Amino acid sequence: MSLDPRAHAAFAAAVGAENIVDDPVRRRAYECDGLTGYRVVPDMVLLPRTAEEVAASVRVCHEHGIPFVARGAGTGLSGGALPVADGVVISLARLKRVLEVDPENRRAVVEPGVTNLEITGAAASHGLYYAPDPSSQQVCTIGGNVAENSGGAHCLKYGFTTNHVLSVEVVLPDGTLVTLGGDSPEQQGPDLRGVFLGSEGTLGITTKIVVRLLRTPETVRTLLADFPSVGEAGDVVSDIVAAGIVPAAVEMMDTLAIEAAEEAVHAGYTLGTPAALVVELDGPVEECDDQFEQVKVICDKHGCTRLHIAGSPEERAAIWRGRKAAFAAVGRISPDYFVQDGVVPRTRLAEVLGRIADMGSEAGIRVANVFHAGDGNLHPLVLYSAAAGETERAEKLSGQIAELCVELGGSLSGEHGIGTDKACSMPKMFSEDDLAVMQRVRTAFDADGICNPGKVLPTPRLCGERPGKYSPHPLEESGVIERL
Amino acid sequence: MTTPAGSAETNIPQAGPSAFDPHRPPERELLDDCVHCGFCLPTCPTYQLWGEEMDSPRGRILLMDLAAKGEIPLEGPFTEHIDRCLGCMACVTACPSGVQYDKLLESVRPQIERNVERERGDQLFRNAIFALFPYKRRLKAAALPGALYQRLRTVPAVRKLADKAIGRLATGGFSRLAAMESLLPPVTVREAFATLPVHTAAIGERRGRVALLSGCVQDVFFHRVNEATVRVLSAEGYDVEVPKDQQCCGALELHSGREESALGRARRTIARFERLDVDTIVTNVAGCGSSMKDYGHLMSDDPEWAERAKAFSARVKDVHEVLAALEPRAPRSPVGNMDASRGLRVAYHDACHLGHAQKVRAEPRAVLRSIPELDLVDIPEADLCCGSAGIYNMIMPEAADDLGKRKADNVRSVRPDVIVTANPGCLLQIGKHLASGPGEGPLPLLHPVQLLDASIRNVPVPRT
Repeated sequence: MSLDPRAHAAFAAAVGAENIVDDPVRRRAYECDGLTGYRVVPDMVLLPRTAEEVAASVRVCHEHGIPFVARGAGTGLSGGALPVADGVVISLARLKRVLEVDPENRRAVVEPGVTNLEITGAAASHGLYYAPDPSSQQVCTIGGNVAENSGGAHCLKYGFTTNHVLSVEVVLPDGTLVTLGGDSPEQQGPDLRGVFLGSEGTLGITTKIVVRLLRTPETVRTLLADFPSVGEAGDVVSDIVAAGIVPAAVEMMDTLAIEAAEEAVHAGYTLGTPAALVVELDGPVEECDDQFEQVKVICDKHGCTRLHIAGSPEERAAIWRGRKAAFAAVGRISPDYFVQDGVVPRTRLAEVLGRIADMGSEAGIRVANVFHAGDGNLHPLVLYSAAAGETERAEKLSGQIAELCVELGGSLSGEHGIGTDKACSMPKMFSEDDLAVMQRVRTAFDADGICNPGKVLPTPRLCGERPGKYSPHPLEESGVIERL
Repeated sequence: MTTPAGSAETNIPQAGPSAFDPHRPPERELLDDCVHCGFCLPTCPTYQLWGEEMDSPRGRILLMDLAAKGEIPLEGPFTEHIDRCLGCMACVTACPSGVQYDKLLESVRPQIERNVERERGDQLFRNAIFALFPYKRRLKAAALPGALYQRLRTVPAVRKLADKAIGRLATGGFSRLAAMESLLPPVTVREAFATLPVHTAAIGERRGRVALLSGCVQDVFFHRVNEATVRVLSAEGYDVEVPKDQQCCGALELHSGREESALGRARRTIARFERLDVDTIVTNVAGCGSSMKDYGHLMSDDPEWAERAKAFSARVKDVHEVLAALEPRAPRSPVGNMDASRGLRVAYHDACHLGHAQKVRAEPRAVLRSIPELDLVDIPEADLCCGSAGIYNMIMPEAADDLGKRKADNVRSVRPDVIVTANPGCLLQIGKHLASGPGEGPLPLLHPVQLLDASIRNVPVPRT
């Protein structure tokens, strides 16, 4: 179905006809984000250049009842930027100015299309940086980080995006432009900034963000340690935390993930080792040196088979490049994969990994693990081949892993968001009342249900069904409902 | 149906016959390597300029996939977005999944040239480029009126007239011609017609024998770079052969999808060089090096040429690879700058076809660091193409200008005394945009071997 010509003209007036993509071939380039298992071709893509143009676009959507989906770099892994049928995509890729860096007050004002790493780039000459560091930080945009409340390896010590955003300028689903939050971290009244952070594009579109900047740490120490089992590596993590050390990051990778990362970046990871930890400490030199020694002792105690300390900033960068490229690098060892994002209590790491391994061998599907061990945020990579017809089995396994995390007292998603991918698993984690409250918050912002509809919350009519080729819903098969 | 649906498959199903013809279509496995992670976006020049998925590497790969699945035709938007690709291969460097975009593009461009009819003006312009640039003699002839013209431009009245004419060309939709004109480097008649010695003996004990590809644009417009290359190689202990009857290696055509013609040139180049008794075939041009190293792959399914091409490609090296492989032998002197209080500040620009396509990044830097008291600096956004990209700055002048200005700003930001890069296209493009921007006087733009040559001979750094 194509758009009402009046809406088309109104969009053209809002952003300029040359900033609209409506050609059927070109629109295909927007049919998915980083989660390629779901594809929907939008009716139109808008490429506004200013907050006002974004607001004008959303007003047109509001007036004509057209659903819209905001899109940054399209790197999300939960299908949060998946277009909706008969809807438009509003791309923020052209709002990419760093408006202000204020070193005295340690903050920066940026547009949503600025990448996470560009903020640090703009602040670096002042000895400042932006702390949250999702692995895709060189490409993912701050607008998307706000939507997903993104984390990253260093969130163990420094917290998530929400801890680093002072205020956001937002276009609400009716097209009004408001600012949530303010210059000081504490605001009077309900914390609407807090509600908006991590709302996955369902409450509006961010057009300007004021972020906090931190002082670049005096020193950084990074080590890479191999262990005979994931269990031993998991115990090291627990012992580090028990010793009162707050590492900047503790990351774990298993054999398969190491194989992929090493092939991609040649950073000196040990091929074939069952588990490797990347431990990073930062802060004052004396403190780092002292704690670093303690960490080495803990590693040795747990049978560390090789301990490598990054001797130069380049070596440190290479270790991190390997870790951060690991997801995509898995493309080298498997034609297709699903990434999961469950969280478990840190103490149950070894247990959950054991169960994932069992579930994988039962399903005949390989699972690679690379994750933020410090905060129990897992990223199992379910490897499969669509060409070999493994999609369904892999998808099922992937869902089971997410639900296993909930069962063990954790959650469905640590940082990638619920999006399209995990909406149907929400009832495993939340009661009907919980979901109803979430829905009411959502409709308070978006009464017409046009702002990224179908994401995050399960839509009862569709749950169990998925966008894609038609297959009958279980309830349809049993004759409880019928398709109109 | 309640909700129109997208495909639920990671892989798009085959909707119909592929839009590609059966002669070397993009390989299925190579297309499937892309996991759509987006790590390529920040280094893609066209995504940086326009922020559109269709003009990003993963977007282009998705379009290739759709064409192969029979969902979209080659004519129209597909060709437009592939044409807009600079072929800089920054995405190949950035890709964690090891996607070989270079190979994909190399198979898709000839498909377009064979199967898509171009608009007449576009076709004529492209034909004109390929009737000129691969031919050294024609280039020389073009350079002669060029040389005369440049001398005439020093007369104010002539300059005024010429500027007017170019302005009219630019506004009259002839911006491509204006772009070509504005890239013409200053060339002296002497230089345009100078030739290199066929044999140059190694100075001192011989460390090896090499043959030099003298290039087309390189030999006509940058003959001095070839002269410096021969001197430096000889000073470092190499016998240097420069076959007189060598021709274009086919790089420009290969990178533009003119496969048949490029293959012909590749075969002639192989035939000319393979009978020489040398260890290495050296080039000082990034674009030529990347295409000659690719001959082996290019002819892999040609039974008559596959082995010869493979053997040839294995012998090809960039001049920096040769120089960096052995300890420097000829004594180096510091290359002076006006202010003796510090070393010469040199900004090295990675040519895409050297850095991204050949992964030669450390060697040129090592060669430059062998010069005493030289302060080597990196340019911000070094991965980003300068916009030259073979014939790109002639066929897509506006985009090339935007990238050129950006590169010039980045170069200025590190305040170098000299800029060096190993590709004539980059030299012309960066030179053009440095000259048109702010700054105190023209900065010397050189090939790294020119600096090394000055250091070995202990002479002042040349201005061009």
